[in-house]
Amino acid sequence: MATSTTTQPRGSAKVNRLGLENAIYKGLESTLCNGCGHDSISSRIIDACWELGIKAEYVAKFSGIGCSSKSPAYFLSRSHGFNSLHGRMPSVATGALIANATLTGIGVSGDGDTGSIGFGQFKHAMRRNVPMVYIIENNGVYGLTKGQFSATADVGQELKHAGLNELPPIDLCLEALVADCGFVARAFAGDPKQVTELLKAALSFKGTAVLDIISPCVTFNDKDESTKSYSWGRTHNERIFDVTYVPSYEEITVEYDEGQAEEVELHDGSKIVLKKVDRSHDPTDRMAAIRLMEEAKSKQLFVTGLIYVNSDRPDLRDHEDLPETPLAHLPPSVIRPSKTSLEKLMNEMA
Amino acid sequence: MAVEVQTKPAQAPLREPLVNDFSITIATKNGSGSQTANATILRALFKMGIPVSGKNIFPSNIQGLPTWYTIRVNKDGFIARKDESEILIAMNKATVIEDVQKMKPGTMCIYSDGLGYTPQRDDVIFYKVPAAKMAAASGLEGKLRGYAENMAYVGVLSHLLGIEYAELEAALNHQFKGKAKAIEPNIKTIKAAMEWAKAELTKVDPYRVQRMDKTKGMIMLDGNTAAALGAVYGGVTFAAWYPITPATSVAEALEYYLKQLRTDPVTKKPTYSVIQAEDELAALGMVVGAGWAGARAMTSTSGPGISLMAEFAGFAYFTEIPAVVVDVQRMGPSTGLPTRTSQGDVLPCYFLGHGDSKHPCLLPGSIKEIFEFAWRALDLAERFQTPIFLLTDLDFGMNQWMSESFEYPNREIDRGKVLKAEDLERLKGNWGRYRDVDGDGIGWRTLPGTDHPLAAYFTRGTGHTDRATYSEKPEDWEGNLERLNRKFESARKEVPVPVEDRVHGAEIGLIGYGSTDPAMVEARTLLAKKGIKTSYLRVRALPLSESVSSFIHAHERVYVVEMNTDAQMAQLLRLDTPDLAARIFQLNKNDGLPLTARWISESLQKMEA
Repeated sequence: MATSTTTQPRGSAKVNRLGLENAIYKGLESTLCNGCGHDSISSRIIDACWELGIKAEYVAKFSGIGCSSKSPAYFLSRSHGFNSLHGRMPSVATGALIANATLTGIGVSGDGDTGSIGFGQFKHAMRRNVPMVYIIENNGVYGLTKGQFSATADVGQELKHAGLNELPPIDLCLEALVADCGFVARAFAGDPKQVTELLKAALSFKGTAVLDIISPCVTFNDKDESTKSYSWGRTHNERIFDVTYVPSYEEITVEYDEGQAEEVELHDGSKIVLKKVDRSHDPTDRMAAIRLMEEAKSKQLFVTGLIYVNSDRPDLRDHEDLPETPLAHLPPSVIRPSKTSLEKLMNEMA
Repeated sequence: MAVEVQTKPAQAPLREPLVNDFSITIATKNGSGSQTANATILRALFKMGIPVSGKNIFPSNIQGLPTWYTIRVNKDGFIARKDESEILIAMNKATVIEDVQKMKPGTMCIYSDGLGYTPQRDDVIFYKVPAAKMAAASGLEGKLRGYAENMAYVGVLSHLLGIEYAELEAALNHQFKGKAKAIEPNIKTIKAAMEWAKAELTKVDPYRVQRMDKTKGMIMLDGNTAAALGAVYGGVTFAAWYPITPATSVAEALEYYLKQLRTDPVTKKPTYSVIQAEDELAALGMVVGAGWAGARAMTSTSGPGISLMAEFAGFAYFTEIPAVVVDVQRMGPSTGLPTRTSQGDVLPCYFLGHGDSKHPCLLPGSIKEIFEFAWRALDLAERFQTPIFLLTDLDFGMNQWMSESFEYPNREIDRGKVLKAEDLERLKGNWGRYRDVDGDGIGWRTLPGTDHPLAAYFTRGTGHTDRATYSEKPEDWEGNLERLNRKFESARKEVPVPVEDRVHGAEIGLIGYGSTDPAMVEARTLLAKKGIKTSYLRVRALPLSESVSSFIHAHERVYVVEMNTDAQMAQLLRLDTPDLAARIFQLNKNDGLPLTARWISESLQKMEA
């Protein structure tokens, strides 16, 4: 299998290329419900960062408000975390990631946080191409306020307290595609391998990488007939590809037959190997991606994998033409113009 | 051609010349290009050494609605708005009748023949000007020729008052930065108008200007540019904003001067980032994110934007993140009067957010102070790790003011309390983000990206311990808020102190702030002429300095002058000095126009009576 290519010298010491054990990447103990899909995603973030040998000190974690947004406390305890306001994570991340362009940004949001209250900020972050991994832990329900429908709930869905949902869902992958996001993926929290590989690819992507991860809420929305439940995911998860991420410092050793896999190279020289499962989809074709997502939405298909990738758009850091030293660390001599310059201005204004 | 002077025998006997002491109102339509003409007059007078101010009373509209621009020249240096003008330049058909009605007997009016207006009063001196005909001299066609008509009144007025031609030319040069193509048509029109006036008009009005030397060493600019320049010299590295009248030009000036002054000479890269956000909420969100990560970050907005920022302001207060918010106040509530001035955001800014949040607010009283307070705001924000509000208003922000020259910041940039990796090494990682180790309520922070395994902490708007971990314990919550109060008290000692003029034997104290200062200064001289002695304290920041209560204590009656309906500063003063509340009287007006000295003086006398 492909896994041997991604886990670096696991060896006997079980350390990554920085010589660190997986435990270093953990966070505090989770306070979410037992079996919550979000905890599984936190574990995948830990794995992905560990396997890639990312230095956690250079990562900044962001979130909004909600169950999902608590989770940054449960991974990467060596990273600064920012649990912001409901739906406002994108703006905070934008400011922080511009202030210090050496930071790797991981944002965690929920379907309420992104699909409702923060919908505008979500769209504008993608429009600006803020360089960050934008994870949506999507369970179709408001958990902390105990069981209201979110905007991603399917038509016809029933919830104990909220009753029947009669409004169409907002499909966050479609919204990302329409917003010209260059990395759009959907995954199932119950499919750890795929989540980890997609996360690794997203962490290497230059620009906004959106991962819409269906993450079941075991307390309020896990009935078998719910499209956001574990059992639905297990029985309906239709992977378009077998996704394997190959970092730039590794050789591709994965074997595949001619025409069965596609390689997508990212900015840092890493590659995503996409081995076709049974559906034919070109992830570099945006219109095809939109059609696929429309079809999935109308037929309630649980299509997962890398839906769309395009590394061509400059990200916000390119756009802002940032200096080599992070804005946050520019010395006083650089950020305060000279006295002579003020005198000159005063003469001009006299 | 017939002489166009509309003088009837009974009217306006030639009086003693009135030199350098009158106001001019120029009535036009917005979008008609009169701004250049008005600025030319203003600047020429300024360069003739005469104290002058210009105020644009304009509509919230792109084109076609009435606009009045008032210029006051005053040899004694009083530059507040006056209630009436002695000279009317009528260029708007829609308002000419009403505008003329407002004129006092003996005043004068220059009007365009294009208005089809026939003067109805014989106690006002009229000069009818063929503006369109003069604009033909510009050589321009169509819409541009229409714009040139404004230069016709510049020429006629200059001839009648004695504004020096060389200064008009210099003013145009200044405005168009020497671009001959833009300057020439205007010059041609002005010359044609001056020549026409010389040949065709007989001067019967008493108004004159005469060169002085009272503007030497002074500059002329608007408050929004001053705020932007202050931020540039304060070392701003990140700004996010959303377009809103009257604050938009803060961000525009910021971009203009940052590009000019803060481009790395070697790499040619900007040492800043300015982002136009999707709304004010996101603008402050970005600023808070940037401030958290270590940038010197600011935003600029006005009332409705402040409302949207409430959420992040409260958040940043509690999570202790530096941010600077420039609020160029306009008339509210609601959309209000977007192009009229007010001081209605004092209480909203001071307490912005829910659940006991409060913020230091800086209240500059001059253009020079706007510059100074803008750079100081960035220092204070990082020193106190909290949002700092800089409150100006539309009158300051969008009008041209003569000002003393700015002084270069007299202290080093203050980056506040930040622990670096080597500090953490020394402390063996034993630190707490919200721990008050210095007794001033201010904790030490680390920035994301600090290369130390114990540098990280978790910023949250929820209850937290001094190590930033989640807590719902009553003692943690109370302890944290007590420390925040301690920090606020520390800020009270660091924000700009009031400026006071205590007059021996004065029973009356005046308290004011912000853009009312010129009217206050003038009102005091008017009152003094009536034998009413007043002391004056100008508040320059919130929280209020302790000296304010001593000032109130020293006077029998204290009048708080401000431009809002709820007497917001008076309320705050009563809150701060409950034992002296009975001495505090409100003297507030909120009609969208800058206060006049006469209103202050007369209203005070009425209240005293």
